[in-house]
Amino acid sequence: MLDFPLWKKLSLWTTTLAASLLALPSLANVAGLDWPSVLPNPQVSLGLDLAGGSHLLLEAKSADVRAQRLENMEETVRQLMRNAEPRIRIGDVSTADDKLSFILENAADIDRARGLIEPTMQGATTVREWELNVVDGQRIVLSQTEAGVNQAIDDAMDSATEVVRRRIDELGTREPTIIRQGDTRIVVQVPGLQDPQGLKDLVGKTAQLEFKLVDLDALPTNVQAGIAPPGSEIVPYAPGTPGAGSAIAVKRLGGIRGDNLTGAQAERDPQNGQSVVTIAFDAQGGAKFAKLTTENTGRPFAIILDGQVLSAPNINEPILGGRAQISGSFTPESANNLAIALRSGALPVPLAVVEERTVGPDLGADSIRKGLIAMGIGSLAVIALMIATYGRFGIYACVALVFNVLMLLGLMASGGFTLSLPGIAGFVITIGAAVDANVLINERIREERARGRKVVAAVETGYKEASRAIFDANLTNLISALALGVFGSGPVRGFAVVLFIGIITSVFTGVHLTRMFVAGWLRKARPNDITI
Amino acid sequence: MKLLKLVPDNTNIQFLKLRVPFFVLSLVLIVGSWIAVAVNGLAFGVDFAGGQEVRMTFTQQTTAPIPSLREKIATLGYGEPVVQEFGAPNQVSIRVKLPDGAEQAPDAAKAIGERVIATVKADHADARVDGNDTVSGKVAGEFRNQAILALLAAMAAVSLYIWVRFEWQFGVGAMFALVHDVSITLGLFALTQWEFTLQIVAAILAIIGYSLNDTIVVYDRIRENLKKFRKMEMGALLDLSVNETLARTVMTSLTLFVALIPLLFFGPPSLFGMVAAITVGLFVGTYSSVYMAGPLLIWMGVTTNSFVPTETALDKQEKIARGEA
Repeated sequence: MLDFPLWKKLSLWTTTLAASLLALPSLANVAGLDWPSVLPNPQVSLGLDLAGGSHLLLEAKSADVRAQRLENMEETVRQLMRNAEPRIRIGDVSTADDKLSFILENAADIDRARGLIEPTMQGATTVREWELNVVDGQRIVLSQTEAGVNQAIDDAMDSATEVVRRRIDELGTREPTIIRQGDTRIVVQVPGLQDPQGLKDLVGKTAQLEFKLVDLDALPTNVQAGIAPPGSEIVPYAPGTPGAGSAIAVKRLGGIRGDNLTGAQAERDPQNGQSVVTIAFDAQGGAKFAKLTTENTGRPFAIILDGQVLSAPNINEPILGGRAQISGSFTPESANNLAIALRSGALPVPLAVVEERTVGPDLGADSIRKGLIAMGIGSLAVIALMIATYGRFGIYACVALVFNVLMLLGLMASGGFTLSLPGIAGFVITIGAAVDANVLINERIREERARGRKVVAAVETGYKEASRAIFDANLTNLISALALGVFGSGPVRGFAVVLFIGIITSVFTGVHLTRMFVAGWLRKARPNDITI
Repeated sequence: MKLLKLVPDNTNIQFLKLRVPFFVLSLVLIVGSWIAVAVNGLAFGVDFAGGQEVRMTFTQQTTAPIPSLREKIATLGYGEPVVQEFGAPNQVSIRVKLPDGAEQAPDAAKAIGERVIATVKADHADARVDGNDTVSGKVAGEFRNQAILALLAAMAAVSLYIWVRFEWQFGVGAMFALVHDVSITLGLFALTQWEFTLQIVAAILAIIGYSLNDTIVVYDRIRENLKKFRKMEMGALLDLSVNETLARTVMTSLTLFVALIPLLFFGPPSLFGMVAAITVGLFVGTYSSVYMAGPLLIWMGVTTNSFVPTETALDKQEKIARGEA
């Protein structure tokens, strides 16, 4: 017990001081002091509930991912069959019930068709993404496997998170947090942002730009009634455009998507002063666009954004330079927003806001001030109670408690953890519970002394016998902190983090550090009696 | 220097004598809490109810004009609003249901929030907006399920741990004490109709971990005494264990309370509900360590023979040597 080798003392002190020093920059910040810029400056980051700001929870619509995959597959299959040598003729194509099904005009083509389609069913990974069934020897049915859909959603979410990040970075807001949560969600937190409307406009826009040929054969009466000719679909005009309220029929396939853009810029059309968005394709996209405009010169095509027609101009001449101008009755702001959205790429899947929280800035500052005052009073009360009850042993416990709070703060700052409003309550619980270990130890020492054990033996037994209950109690605390961490997000997780780290630091300071203090004193003073 | 001793040496309170009336009292409290929750319900905040919630502080008033706010906002046509104090008397949370379809259109939900804010500000220029939250019904439902799951899982895990470390009877005793503490905390929120939010669930999860600290100390002593005093009658042994650890129970609870109570009264008003839940939960937790966790052991048939090893280590070694085990 009294024997504390130098290496043990050194490592205890090093750990304690190192973790405690990490708390100093945060404390200096609270006190309003300048921290020398040459020194490392880890700061405890404040949660939205303390700093104020906006929180959005975005959810992807997985049904859209399914539909998109199905459409891509249809296009691929049509192209494969058309390009086959000799051409394979197909008919009765349907994408109902989440399945792509079609009939081969000549049943003898079945093996050739199968051979062409099968390589496309395997994705980049080992997951089997599609299932191919032959019905009645002549009909091919392709259905999406769950694993394939999940893989697609996973990929879509990864790139959606990236896209959202790029868009928010363009806004220039400070320190946004953008993380994927679960299978289909993204959490966006922007400290200090009070009006999230602009943010929502930006991340809520899918920015899926499409160029599709207008179906000139469609009867206007049918189009307005919403009946599309075979192979075509009805797309409404976007609100605010001259055609708003009406719709046009466009060819479902054979258009191109605005996926391959290298840039997009909001500009003012020098001829009429209107706001427009200029886009530039990359080489591949430029070639596709040139082909589309060359083959269809003189015919109109529709520029469609997120399922709504912006305009449907005539292709006057082939556009070969890989640049195009989109007009659609924009205001300067909406043109700029669209340009940002197009630059950052289309969202591979539409996102909906399912949870939104805004916290005012005054509440947070007020909470921190009141929390600190309450924490101060509480700490003083705990310190007074411990010293009055255990004397010298109480002082040791309180020194350990101060180090405990510093270490907790330091570890939170250096570990990049966020302090939330409930986290303040976590600090106070930690302060009240940290000295529990010392209570158990000191009470045991009292008991052993009362039974007539010598000082050193009593202290030794105290630490040894109390350790069982300390271990068990802290383990149940850890279990509940873990449950909190798993259950909660945001502020609740902030609470869990404080409790979790606090449990670990409090066992370290309350048991090991005080033991070193007590041992040092016992060895030096060699008391025959102790007041406890 | 004379040190403070809150519990005098050789204290011998016969706790177990009153175990039946106190146990009945506890049962009444538990069942009463359940009835309160069933009849009054919990005042779910936007986290669990879904909808649009606006939080405001009336900076120039000591109390928020809740009845007039309720009346005014009811005229906006979003159904009966839930207007309640949260934190300080001059802070309110106003929750309205989202009309069908509004959940799919976040702008519509936000617009409702803005209208509520504008309506309040028209009458009260001093109203400060502290928060404006939209939680869709789907997310709120998930929060509810997750909360129930987390509470049950935490209680089961903690009880299981006590079972592994002690005996099954101790695990059941701990589980019972937890049900007691959690039920009464829920009952408090049903009676007071304080807003029940994610924070309160967090508080209850913390209670599950921390309210057992005292129980563990008592159990640890019971186990020690069971091995030490093989001939002692069980009731007397429990009394002895509780009395021997009474100073610890009082001190560990007291240090927590003196830390928490300033936070309750001087801390951020928006933490009041959470801190109140923790304080009450830990208080009844201290009581249940003495009056629920102990007596239950007697009724489950723990005796001084329960911890007699049926096979000594020596026997076991011999068996292994003979190749029988």
